[in-house]
Amino acid sequence: MKAGEPSAFRYIGKPRRTKEDPRFVTGRGRYVADIALPGMKHIALVTSPHASARIKAIRTDAARAMEGVHYVLTGEELCANVDPLFVGVDAPKVARYPLARDVVRYAGEWVVAVVADTRALAEDAAEKIQIDYEPTPYVLDPEEAILPGAVLVHPDHGSNVLYRRTFTWGPVEEDFASAKHKISFRARWGRSATVPIETFGVAAQWDPGTQLLDVWASIQMPKFPDQTARALRLPGNAVRVHFDVDVGGSYGVKRGIKHTVLVGYLARRTGMPVRFIEDRLENMRGGDMHGPDRIFDMQVAFEDDGTIRSLKIRALDDVGAYAGRSPLQLGKPVGAIVGPYKITSVEYEPISVLTNKTAQEAVRGFGQSPTNYAIETAIDRVARHLGMDRIALRKKNFIAKEQFPYLIPSGSTYDSGDYVTVLDKALDAVRFKDLVAARDAARKAGRLAGIGIATCLEPSGGNSAFEPLFNPKNQTTTWMDSCLVRVDLSGAITGVMNTSTSGQGHETLVSTVLGEVLERDPDTIRVIHADSLNALPSNSPVGSRMAIMLGGAAAGAAKKIRAALMAIAAHNLGVPEASLLYCDGNVSSKAGKSLSWDQLVEIAHRQFHNLPAGLEPGLQAKFVWEVPTGGGLPTPDGRIQMYPCYSFEAHLVLLEIDPLTAQPKILKYLCGHDCGTMINPSIVHGMTYGGIAHGIGAALYEKFAFSDNGQLASQTFMDYLMPSALEVPAIGIVDHCTPSPLTEFGQKGSGEAGYLGAPAAIASAVNDALAPLGQSIDELPMTPLALWEKLQGERAK
Amino acid sequence: MSEKLYPLKLTVNGKQHEAQVPSRQTLVDFLRDTLRLTGTHVGCEHGICGACSILLDGEPVRSCLIYAVQAEGCSVTTIEGLSLPDGTPGPLQDAFCETHALQCGYCTPAMIVASHALLESNPTPSEAEIRDAIGGNLCRCTGYQQIVEAVQLAAGKLAKGAK
Amino acid sequence: MKAAPFEYTRSATLAEACALLAEHGADAKLIAGGQSLVPMMAMRLARPAFLVDINRLDELKHVAIDGDALVVGAAVRQCVIERDARARERLPLLGKALKWVGHVQTRNRGTVGGSIVHADPSAEIPLVACVLDATLVLRDSSGASDLPAREFFFAPMITAIAPEQCLAEIRFPLWGGKVGSAFEEVSIRHGDFALVSACAQVEVNAEGKCVRAALGIGGASPFPHALPEIGELLAGKRLDDASIAAASEAVGDLIDPDGDLHATADYRRHLARVLAARVLRAAAEDAK
Repeated sequence: MKAGEPSAFRYIGKPRRTKEDPRFVTGRGRYVADIALPGMKHIALVTSPHASARIKAIRTDAARAMEGVHYVLTGEELCANVDPLFVGVDAPKVARYPLARDVVRYAGEWVVAVVADTRALAEDAAEKIQIDYEPTPYVLDPEEAILPGAVLVHPDHGSNVLYRRTFTWGPVEEDFASAKHKISFRARWGRSATVPIETFGVAAQWDPGTQLLDVWASIQMPKFPDQTARALRLPGNAVRVHFDVDVGGSYGVKRGIKHTVLVGYLARRTGMPVRFIEDRLENMRGGDMHGPDRIFDMQVAFEDDGTIRSLKIRALDDVGAYAGRSPLQLGKPVGAIVGPYKITSVEYEPISVLTNKTAQEAVRGFGQSPTNYAIETAIDRVARHLGMDRIALRKKNFIAKEQFPYLIPSGSTYDSGDYVTVLDKALDAVRFKDLVAARDAARKAGRLAGIGIATCLEPSGGNSAFEPLFNPKNQTTTWMDSCLVRVDLSGAITGVMNTSTSGQGHETLVSTVLGEVLERDPDTIRVIHADSLNALPSNSPVGSRMAIMLGGAAAGAAKKIRAALMAIAAHNLGVPEASLLYCDGNVSSKAGKSLSWDQLVEIAHRQFHNLPAGLEPGLQAKFVWEVPTGGGLPTPDGRIQMYPCYSFEAHLVLLEIDPLTAQPKILKYLCGHDCGTMINPSIVHGMTYGGIAHGIGAALYEKFAFSDNGQLASQTFMDYLMPSALEVPAIGIVDHCTPSPLTEFGQKGSGEAGYLGAPAAIASAVNDALAPLGQSIDELPMTPLALWEKLQGERAK
Repeated sequence: MSEKLYPLKLTVNGKQHEAQVPSRQTLVDFLRDTLRLTGTHVGCEHGICGACSILLDGEPVRSCLIYAVQAEGCSVTTIEGLSLPDGTPGPLQDAFCETHALQCGYCTPAMIVASHALLESNPTPSEAEIRDAIGGNLCRCTGYQQIVEAVQLAAGKLAKGAK
Repeated sequence: MKAAPFEYTRSATLAEACALLAEHGADAKLIAGGQSLVPMMAMRLARPAFLVDINRLDELKHVAIDGDALVVGAAVRQCVIERDARARERLPLLGKALKWVGHVQTRNRGTVGGSIVHADPSAEIPLVACVLDATLVLRDSSGASDLPAREFFFAPMITAIAPEQCLAEIRFPLWGGKVGSAFEEVSIRHGDFALVSACAQVEVNAEGKCVRAALGIGGASPFPHALPEIGELLAGKRLDDASIAAASEAVGDLIDPDGDLHATADYRRHLARVLAARVLRAAAEDAK
């Protein structure tokens, strides 16, 4: 098999249907809201109406007295009986529990949970609970929050700064001093999120006989069973998480640890199966799934010819009132801090700040898309400053194909890439000259038209190197993933994976890889999700990692099966293994002797007397794979290998803005995409289209806006505006394959594809449209109102 | 005081059902929790996302915006009713598989219901008509592209079949 | 997000529905399509103790031409009027407005009367009713009364309807002669409530001069805002760039919008001017 040439593969890269689709199109998915446990009770919440307040009294008697109400839980009881939830950085005093105790820190924070026969009854009871609050001062502006004397969200922590460090990689000051040109600007990424159509949900049941908590949850969360058990003060083997629950979309946010600790506690406390499905208001206000909310202060040093010498990036991220893994979203971009460019020195100052807002959680790209937006905005501004073509400038600064593997200043090595070719393919496919002509014709006709360009990286194969980088007490250097393969007596193959899936097509991935290695039809291969007590060590389908990590693990396990079959054949045919040929699962010798798949399986399962010495009977193999670049701790100056593989995407957009109403409209969208070898092209394309749509949302429509008194103003789908089929245009994708030298088939990640460049590309198009007016806008989302105000700025001149 | 129940008779996927329902139970909750037809999903419960789309007397509607008791005497078709009798995908559902018009599958049943209704009234829709018909159904996975392709594919196949 | 408990009655006749309203007063609420009421009940922003379902009342489902009016029963579904051949032929403006109303699934259930009674200031059907000054026929146990649409709307979700009244039908006046109409709006996404909408209908004579013109703006006032002043301004004039520009300018002075999350007052005023010009131009074109 030669990586990078789809023709070298039997099943990989071929247009094949997925394994998952048939059950979903017939309505036979099994989501957490479809789990109905006998006697199951339902939870509703009482949430804080204040951005900040002291809880003076909670009166629950009327609710408790209602028929059909089984339990009312306050923070006082819960916090006394569970341990605080995991905090990603070294900030133990930023204690976080599922329910507030004594104080509330944001509007929507959960205060009381009610368990009742039905969700409707639980809501009726929740209305009867009376809470006396004493409103206290709050802080909403992250820049204000870091000033001395600011109101403290967690006074015990002593500051609103969760994490702050200035990294200097390379001769930044020298480069800035010697460079001919310097620009600086501010870019702002608005608070949005992936907002899956399924809210978060969890059902749990405690069995006092076995002392086991069963959990069904809509999750995409690393170390979820362990974190749940720790918070509930249970041994890890007393929590069984069922990973076979279909997850109705996540793209990062379905973390749900506080939900699960709450429900797990209530299941154990009441002895009843309990389920909590967030309603949309709970989800938007207190589901803790808002994404990055960042102010970038950017400085760029560059020369007359467009050579970019150095970058200074200050990223102030408003994580809201509590922190899980959210501060680490400033850490991942360290691994691609110069984008696809040969920039040799960088200063990076990430600042993670607490405010009285809904807590932030991981969102698709884990902080990379905002950073890409800031970097691409910088590139466009340099081009404008020099009067240079934006494409020529990018090509001048691209890392060249021959330079890989390429070490960037922050210590990560990019595995491979061919940025010029991918961009050229995209330019050809979109007929760039025609695009320019269309834009110029529109301008001539008095309309505002712009072309957007963004060339961005998708770091993939997620390790968790930002954990030790951002928290010296955290020594995590492995983020393994695993696969178990069984060939049963009938000769059928089953792959066992160890996490849940939220639409990424892992069953298709595993079956395709197993089929490829074992030369068996993937359609005949079943893939199941273990529960956490059956599971091999694995993390989570985050960080665009599963094609690399689960694909690699599946290949490793399949190769062990194949080796066992070869050993059995050699032993039984009496010839050396080297003289044998493996084809379609049958093994034959050059002399024409052969053993079929069925015969080999029969020997493995039933004929110990025919097994070679030392080979285990039965036919199964496991493989635990470490991220291909291994794992290590950062250097003292914070250099580290972040993710191993780097996918690349080149976006080209034509957009018009109605000069009178300021409404933007995307007229043309094309993405050149290189994620190495695609295991299943339909899945890769689908995720890329979806990522672009999500990026369109972040760039133009979606924002969690807060009022001056700290209330979430966009808490329903009437105000949080996600693009529909009428806003997302037809999208073209051009594939290119630069295989990764680090992976089995040359594959890289693609789970965050599209989203990592789309916001930057749309912002670029908007700014190109505004350029003839001498205007620019550097804040997402670029709503009609924001655009109109820019147009007014022009008219006012 | 337990909640007053109201009698309800309706036909779902060709099958008659009789039940006693609380007045405030929405049709989607009735379909899912009482009839256990869990293919219809709940997304926002305020009529925006479209994940609960079903056919009510043949027309696509949002089942979170109708109380079950209001469906008295009506004929409801859910995603389960669009499958072949053995539960395998029907032609439109098959087209969704062919173009991989879904990922997590959560909005998918409603997308199929909306597309089915479109093809019933307009067997040869344009791309704009398809986008309009699914414009009230939000999807966060697909960017809609492969959904549009699936409906086009199904329309083409249906047109061929009709000849 | 589950509604508070309520008593449900499916009325068999309009008289029965009115009797229930008379009995329970403000504790009762009519439900027709429910596309706005059900979400409000789900969020418990509305919590009627009695819900009176008028979906099955054939008395409220008629569509007819009666003299110089298109008569639409209050419970006629939006999709029905959208497809109705008489409405399309005699009052194309209604169809143009309905294109902007929600999505297929909500129009299949939502009713013409429900949209009016719900009285969202940015809703399309109420704006058409105000621009044409439709007559609203209100029923209660004691009988029927007529009210001009322009006197019906006070503020968001606040109207002249009394708790015991039911909107029975809407009589949209039909214009004779060379009539043209247009409806435009700016919303952030298609199907969202309008930031601002504009609706115009004009009649021109053989010389191309404006016989009468009606214009209204939605979303920029607490109620759908008919602007008869614009009709007066344009009457007798040719609908050319100059007169339309003057009308558009005047629109900005006649309204007093509020700001919110998605649009400031200034932006709304600007949009009102832009859209007024656009609908007047399109209506004039349509009349040719």
